[in-house]
Amino acid sequence: MYKAAVIGDSASVSGFAALGLSVFRETEPEKINKLISRLAANDFAVIYITEPAAALVRDTINKYRSSKLPSIVLIPAIEGNTGDGMRALHEAVEKAVGSDILN
Amino acid sequence: MARLNVNPTRMELSKLKKKLTSARRGHKLLKDKRDELMRQFMILIKENRQLRSEVEAAISEANRYMAVAGSVMQREVLETALMLPKQEVELEVGEKNVMSVYIPEFKTKYRSGDANDIYSYGMAFTSIDLDGAVSALSAILPKMIRLAEVEKACQLMADEIEKTRRRVNALEHIMIPDYEETIKYITMKLSENERSTTTSLMKVKDMVLKESHKYH
Repeated sequence: MYKAAVIGDSASVSGFAALGLSVFRETEPEKINKLISRLAANDFAVIYITEPAAALVRDTINKYRSSKLPSIVLIPAIEGNTGDGMRALHEAVEKAVGSDILN
Repeated sequence: MARLNVNPTRMELSKLKKKLTSARRGHKLLKDKRDELMRQFMILIKENRQLRSEVEAAISEANRYMAVAGSVMQREVLETALMLPKQEVELEVGEKNVMSVYIPEFKTKYRSGDANDIYSYGMAFTSIDLDGAVSALSAILPKMIRLAEVEKACQLMADEIEKTRRRVNALEHIMIPDYEETIKYITMKLSENERSTTTSLMKVKDMVLKESHKYH
């Protein structure tokens, strides 16, 4: 059975603990890198990561882009929405279509 | 376009003709695949965008509640309240094949039968804003799971579309023109050879006739 994880700073991710997602309070790049690799190897199908945390480990996240699992999803942190998640979506469109046709 | 480096023989010619037919067929198939992938991708990307803005809005709302809860409650109390979750989410992962792209499908399962059984704390010592945050998050959870599914699908399909498009272009602009040019070259070379043989035969015949009839 697969599980879902949430990574980010404590204030942003604590709420998810109540829903029964596995919450990891990490804000250091090396630790997040290791954590993502560990989660990917350990039956975590979905990893939600806050945008500021994701910005620190962009390479690791890109590494998992083309593998089927896990699905890494950016979510806004408590400081507000940086728009990184939407930007990733526009990048996917640009990659597939050749130009960004979403406006 | 570059002509391929092959010997101008009939054997090569028939080989190339076969290759050209399969390249044309492959090109057509890949083009169809690209078009269909693109159609599916556009449907998914629209859903993805919709879901993402909903999820982002809901999480931002929950975060606002959380910020208020964090300011009226002590950090430790807040953490303690959420420390031992009652609920646990488990995912069942299936697989769907869209034009030979395998995209994951998630099915959510809750440990306790009631999906709304989320408050892991008593109401007495916690702020009402914490309840607001938790309930906002719980309401959006199904959409978050779906978002994870759709976003992964979009990424995988974008990769596949890019790959397919490259293949289509390589076939259309490099391989097929190359084959055509080489075939043309071999055909010309062969007919040129043929003409040259005919003329030399005629010449030889002339010479032989001259010799035998003693014409002067």
